[in-house]
Amino acid sequence: MDQKKLAIIATKGSLDWAYPPFILASTAAALGYEVQVFFTFYGLQLLKKKLALEVTPLGNPGMPMPLGMDKWFPVLGLALPGMQALITAMMKQKMKSKGVASIEELRSMCLEADVKLIACQMTVDLFDMPTSEFIEGIEYAGATTFFEFAGDSDICLYI
Amino acid sequence: MANFDQELDATGLNCPLPILRAKKTLSSMGSGQVLHVIATDPGSVKDFDAFAKQTGNTLLESKEEGGKFHFLIKKS
Repeated sequence: MDQKKLAIIATKGSLDWAYPPFILASTAAALGYEVQVFFTFYGLQLLKKKLALEVTPLGNPGMPMPLGMDKWFPVLGLALPGMQALITAMMKQKMKSKGVASIEELRSMCLEADVKLIACQMTVDLFDMPTSEFIEGIEYAGATTFFEFAGDSDICLYI
Repeated sequence: MANFDQELDATGLNCPLPILRAKKTLSSMGSGQVLHVIATDPGSVKDFDAFAKQTGNTLLESKEEGGKFHFLIKKS
């Protein structure tokens, strides 16, 4: 059986958007896929040693709010200082209570399963991000490297 | 429940953890050995079926009992 390939571009740096790339990459690896994830722009946040990912209801009418908070806090209320941290804490608590893995856990499963995590060198330079802030075991490369793998992948996702 | 060689308690865990843990446990087992997985995630019923089809391992049994899902997977 030929090994299938999954290529993902991860471009978002919020807690909610951190899940799809790591869930899909780790699951595909468990199914025997060879997987590469290319992290660019805000997606680079997902490769930091110290993850400080947050989730915000601001400008996101689709986010379910607990306890009817959306009625108590109309849009402007959601912009109050501390609101994003509060919502993030509630979301993390909810995820834990439902047995949803943490991003750290899924990420280490990806590394364990030899998923190749690639940081976009151009974005790292653009934002002057010190590579010491990133986890070990990742690579730094550009779009050409991505195409080398994505070009003959079976599934290619932009997240 | 038929005989099994190893058991994995994945209760309380949500997608994709039951599959990931099962894969990890299977990789430490020998060919022909049987893994018993217990899960509470309703999505795992279809997922373990799909997992078996895609990895070549055999899903010997899949059933619900008292709100828990039981799977017997034979390693290829």
